[in-house]
Formats: sequence, structure tokens, C-alpha cells
Amino acid sequence: MKAPGLLAVTRATLAKDLRLEWRSKDAINSMLFFSLLVVVIFSFAFDPTAEVSRKIAGGLVWVAMLFATIMALNQTWARELRNNVMDAYRVSPAPPNAMFLAKTIGSFIFVTILELLMTPLFVMFYNLRSIGPVWQLVVIALLATWALVVNGTFFAVISIHTRSREIMLPLILFPISIPAILAMVSATTLVLTGEYSPLFWMQLLAVYDVVFTTVCLVLFEIVLNAE
Amino acid sequence: MKLKLILFALVTLGLLSYGLYMALVVAPTEATMGDVQRIFYYHVPSAWTAFLCFLINALASIWYLVKRTERSDAIAVSSAEVGVVFCTIVLLTGPIWARPVWGIWWTWDARLTSTLVLWLIYVAYLMLRRFSASGRAPVIAAALAVFGFFDVPFVYLSIRIFRTQHPQPVIAGGEGSGLDPTMAKAFLWNMIAFTVYGLLVMWLRYRLELAERSVEEAHAEKSMQEGA
Amino acid sequence: MIKYMWAAYIVTWVVHLGYLGYLTARTGRVRREVEELKND
Repeated sequence: MKAPGLLAVTRATLAKDLRLEWRSKDAINSMLFFSLLVVVIFSFAFDPTAEVSRKIAGGLVWVAMLFATIMALNQTWARELRNNVMDAYRVSPAPPNAMFLAKTIGSFIFVTILELLMTPLFVMFYNLRSIGPVWQLVVIALLATWALVVNGTFFAVISIHTRSREIMLPLILFPISIPAILAMVSATTLVLTGEYSPLFWMQLLAVYDVVFTTVCLVLFEIVLNAE
Repeated sequence: MKLKLILFALVTLGLLSYGLYMALVVAPTEATMGDVQRIFYYHVPSAWTAFLCFLINALASIWYLVKRTERSDAIAVSSAEVGVVFCTIVLLTGPIWARPVWGIWWTWDARLTSTLVLWLIYVAYLMLRRFSASGRAPVIAAALAVFGFFDVPFVYLSIRIFRTQHPQPVIAGGEGSGLDPTMAKAFLWNMIAFTVYGLLVMWLRYRLELAERSVEEAHAEKSMQEGA
Repeated sequence: MIKYMWAAYIVTWVVHLGYLGYLTARTGRVRREVEELKND
């Protein structure tokens, strides 16, 4: 029997993950509450009424999203580990990259939902009104989320077999993600304040995404089978 | 082997001493900054040596992923550790230099900030090695090194562009802009001295790593034999 | 002002000597273990 193709396995795994998440609803509820809490705490820490709020909103939003992403990533793998699914993947004939893509897309959807929840809260609390075009913010968010999620999923696999696994993930993800974080914050701020065009930063994010998605796909199987 | 090591160490010591002499005595005092500028003779060679170590690590990591030889992994861990040592020195001497000259401890300029990010990546690398189960550590660490390698151009580029969009209030000047020939000589000698010293320390760390691994193997064999 | 220059040079060598000391300690330990293995 021929091994199932990459796309088919990806779609199947993704469908399974989404179905599981939807049924459990735990993750979604806690994420909802988490989003609200983050925005409220940031509002107390960084005065939203100040003139500068539009300038710092970009940074605030993305820092909040960074922490939410870490939580989402830890969640996705926790379940796999609990049920020893990793070993099953290793011995199955399905291409390992399918699992990686499925997990990444799943986390991407998850984090995007979080962004959709947090954004109206931020807009409300900080009285945000974008001077630049909003569609640019959407593109930036998509590119930025992928950047965090693709490396995050890869590093989550790496940190599975380490001690202090939960702290290992942000420890290795943050330094590597610094250029992407700088890009997403700068781009968002430029759009919100309407100063210059964020085009350069968007291009940087796009190239970053392409480069690191490739690196992840090339190295994933090697890392999965590390023994 | 022992003789080669002692010879190497003596040459290194000679180079470092000469470099120190050149930096503190022979090189003329700089016009605007004064003697504080002499930090330049240690700060920049340390940065260069750190980058060299990290480059060696990247190459050794890729080699390990392809060939899986024990020696390439030993080179990888040695170069990473020594690189972090030199990188730490760059990050310490940088602010010590910046404070009297520009009045601020940290300048978010492209070079110093990129060095900070590189330091963070490699400290994470070392922690990953320490915290991993011993069988997997070499492979996943090598993977992280590859990520770091591809990240470096993004780091430098993004910080550089960020700086041009947010120019600093203080203008950095002086270092390397038109070096007096005696200063250039002092700089060059220290570059050579620290590169050689870096290679020496890497070699020492490499030998240590191989020795520790063979001891571990010997212990493992012994316990297997005793169990039989 | 010049004290900054001395600070930088001293810091450099403190770090280097510290690392060399660490290497020496670990090397000493390995040597002892090799001796023990030989004597068994």
C-alpha cells in the first residue's frame, strides 16, 4: 500500500486536531479569559490615555500575542505527549512533515482566533484608531503569526525531551524570533501612526517566513528521529 | 601532543603580551577620546573572535547533521562555549567604553545589539545542550545552530533598518574611522593574538570534551561487563 | 576617565582566567577518573 501523500495526511491530522479542540472547549475558554486579562493588565501598566498610546500599542499587542502563542504551543503538544502519540508518528509511513504542517497550521488558526479576540479589546481600551490602512495590519498579522508559529512548533518538538520543557520553548524561541518581533512591532506602529510605509518590514517578515518554513521542513524529520 | 600544546600556549602568551604592550604603550593616545579609546584594541578583536567561533559552530553543526561524527559535535560544543566567553567580553567592554565616551551605558546600535542577540541565541544553545537527554542533545543542538546561522543576517538587517528609522541622539564616531598607522598595527597584533588565543582555548575545550566522552564510554562498558 | 580603560582590560582578563580555571578544574577531574579506571 502506498504511503499516504503529504497533503492528505496534513489535512487529516489538522481536521482531527481542530475537532478535538472544538470538543474540549477548555482551551478556548481559558484563552478567551486570558486575552481579556492580558489587555486589562497592560492597560494598568501602560496608561492608555497618554498621547503616546498609539505609538506603543504596536509593541503592547505583539508582546501580549507572544505570550499567548507560547501558551497555545505548549497546549498543542501537551496532549500529544500525554497519549504517547509521538512514537506512533515516528513509526507510521506517513511523511513526518505532514504532522509538522498540520500542527503549525493548527496553532496558526488557534493564535489567529486569539488575535481576533484581543484586537477589539485593545481597540476599545486604548481607543485605537489606525491612521494607516487596516488591510496592511491584517497582512502584517498573518505574516507575523506564521513567523512565530512555524518556529514555535519546531522548537516545541525540540523541547519535548528536555528538562523544564515549558521554559525551554520560550528560551530558544525568543532569541531566534527577535528580527521577526522587531519587524512586526515596527510595521504595526508605522501603520497605526501613519508615519512611513511599513513595506520594508512586511517584506522582511515575508522573507523570514519563507526561509524559516524551509529550514523547519528540512530539519523536522531529522529532529523527530533524534535518538 | 603535550609538547605541541605547550608550544602553542607559549606562542599565544607571547602574542597576547605583545598585543597588550602595543595597545597600552606603543599606540598613540587618541585625540578626542583619550586613553579610553584603547579599549578598542580589546573590544573589536574579541568580537571578531566570537563571530569566528560561532561560524565554526555553524559549520561543525551542519557537518554533524550530515555525517554524525563525534568529533564534529565536540567541535560544535567547544566553539559555542568559547564563543559565548568572548561574546560576554564584548558585551561587557562595550558599555564600559560607551559610558565615558557617549555618556550612556547602552547604545542600541546595529553592531552591539546584534552581538547581544547572538549571545542570547548561543546561551540558549548551551542551555539546550545541558537540559536535553544525552542521546538527543547533539542533533537538536545542531538544528538550533542552523537556525541561528540563518537568523544572523535577519538580525543585523532588521536592527540596522530600525536604527536608520530611529536615529540615535548621540552620534557614534571615532572607532576605525581613519586609523593612524601605529594604531592599525596595535589593532592588527591584538586581532591575531586573540584569534590564536581563541583557537587555543577551543582546542583545550575540544580535548576535554573527547576525554570526558571516552571516560563515560569506559564507565558504561564496565557496568555492562559487570552486569554480564 | 582612564579608570574605564583599566576596568575594560581587567574585566576581559578576569573572564578569560575564570574560564581557563573552569577548564582546568574539569580537566583535573577527568584525569583523576582516567587514573581510577586504569587502576581497576
